[in-house]
Amino acid sequence: MNIVACVKQVPDTEAQIKVKGDGSGIEEGGIKWVMNPYDEFGVEEAMKLKEKLGGEVTIVSVGPARTMETIRTALAMGAEKGIQIDDPALYNADAYATAEALAAAIKGVPYDIVFCGQRAIDDDSAQVGSILAELLGIPQVTFVTKLEIDGTAVKATRPIEGAAVVVATSLPCVITATKGLNEPRYASLPGIMKAKKKPVDIKKAADIGVTGASKSKVAKFTPPPARPPGKVLCADDTPEGKAAELAKLLREEAKVI
Amino acid sequence: MAKGVWIVAEQRDGALRKVSFELASTARKLADQLGEEVGAVLCGSGVEAMAAELAKYGVDKVYVADNAALEPYTTDAHATAVAKIVKENDPAILFIGASAQGKDLSASLVGKLATGMATDCTDVKVADGKLLAVRPMYAGKCFGEVVIDAFPQMASLRPNVFPIVECAKAGEVVKFDAGLGEAKTKVAEILKEAAGKIDVAEANIIVSGGRGMKGPEGYGILEDLAGLLGAAVGASRAAVDAGWRPQADQVGQTGKVVSPNLYIACGISGAIQHLAGMSSSKYIVAINKDAEAPIFARADYGIVDDLFKVVPALTQEVKKLLA
Repeated sequence: MNIVACVKQVPDTEAQIKVKGDGSGIEEGGIKWVMNPYDEFGVEEAMKLKEKLGGEVTIVSVGPARTMETIRTALAMGAEKGIQIDDPALYNADAYATAEALAAAIKGVPYDIVFCGQRAIDDDSAQVGSILAELLGIPQVTFVTKLEIDGTAVKATRPIEGAAVVVATSLPCVITATKGLNEPRYASLPGIMKAKKKPVDIKKAADIGVTGASKSKVAKFTPPPARPPGKVLCADDTPEGKAAELAKLLREEAKVI
Repeated sequence: MAKGVWIVAEQRDGALRKVSFELASTARKLADQLGEEVGAVLCGSGVEAMAAELAKYGVDKVYVADNAALEPYTTDAHATAVAKIVKENDPAILFIGASAQGKDLSASLVGKLATGMATDCTDVKVADGKLLAVRPMYAGKCFGEVVIDAFPQMASLRPNVFPIVECAKAGEVVKFDAGLGEAKTKVAEILKEAAGKIDVAEANIIVSGGRGMKGPEGYGILEDLAGLLGAAVGASRAAVDAGWRPQADQVGQTGKVVSPNLYIACGISGAIQHLAGMSSSKYIVAINKDAEAPIFARADYGIVDDLFKVVPALTQEVKKLLA
């Protein structure tokens, strides 16, 4: 089976995000970069499928030079090879331009199934996997927490508000992974050593026939609105007294209960 | 020239979901500023009667695709139907709810319509005749103002953030053929959760517990308080990773990003990735033994004490107030 897993390098969840003074972006200095956590679920599922059915896993990523580290992490988890699309035209790409680049790269390799994370935790767009499926002209199931494959038949479970829906489709398809699908493995030391020698193809936008032009842009970044300082409730020193004070404030001041 | 502010109405099990009215009210407001009409796309089976309800919230025209193959929802069928009617009518703006279904549908539509979208917006306005969509990024660690250079300018709107305003309009029904081909995906099964469970993404009030709950059994006191308030019970990543609570309840950067009216954080210290996911709540209450916990810096009201004593006492107080 030919498996593709798309990954994105993002700031670690513990990272503080500071907006640049002119609002043109975020300060990247001092940020620790990691593989998008939702993409890790996709890579892990790719490994599990390969281990069960045989085949090969190709990692595809759009991003600047530092992205190589994330591709190597996925190779260390067990993927065979990688494609990195590194072009300044794509550095601030929106979901459509990113998906277009991924689709163009993926069309150049054989694929039976494509994994993406349900969203990247930096721009939180939750669009790329779906657009990719449309551009490849294949079905998709998003936010998947359970995946079963039998021949070319696919059953994927996705939670919605108050229920879970089991969607049936067929290969080839795009699956976007969310938490609950699996527990991503850690790369082993031999895995990390081997990953250094695995092939990664670095391509420019022109090599895959895309311009990198976005449909949307973030015109301005702003810090979140500041919250006014809160009150610590201590009119009475007992838990009961504090609870009574809180209930009163929620009803009379905040008017939320 | 693209014209009109459109929404994709969301319905499930024979009823419109609340987010549909939020979308309609928001679309009405922007359409009035632009001097344009509000259109709504409504897809499903036996849904025509719902058009009148949309009209109450300012929809001029309801484009209805009534087809058994549109029920229950599949990405494939709904995206095909919505893309078809949108291409035929060329609206300038298209809003969808950032619900589980809306997120899935909207992303697929971006691909079909080759346009741009601002996801999970908390504010939308018109500036210089164009849509300006404000959305949290990095789970709310910063915000972005998005402009879209293609049509329709799409935005998915976060549920529970935009006000519902009544404004009766004609709601003229325009039926259209969904143009469905052979279904590539179908729903094999729907597994319903216990009735009455409120999803954290849709809740007005969330009572959330973290590591300080000490174990899954600790959540009983949160369930009691939540039941009384009509609230959802949320959890921190630590609690979900420990297996105490289901993944669907996780609030934070690797869970759900929420903005309820009231967020009560119990035994949650406030890791940055959790704070990111709930800081846009209108009011935040923190109950924690550790006075130094970072959660207190975000809280409107803080109680430094044993939550196992405070929460049951709070439940009693709320009972008195609601009596």
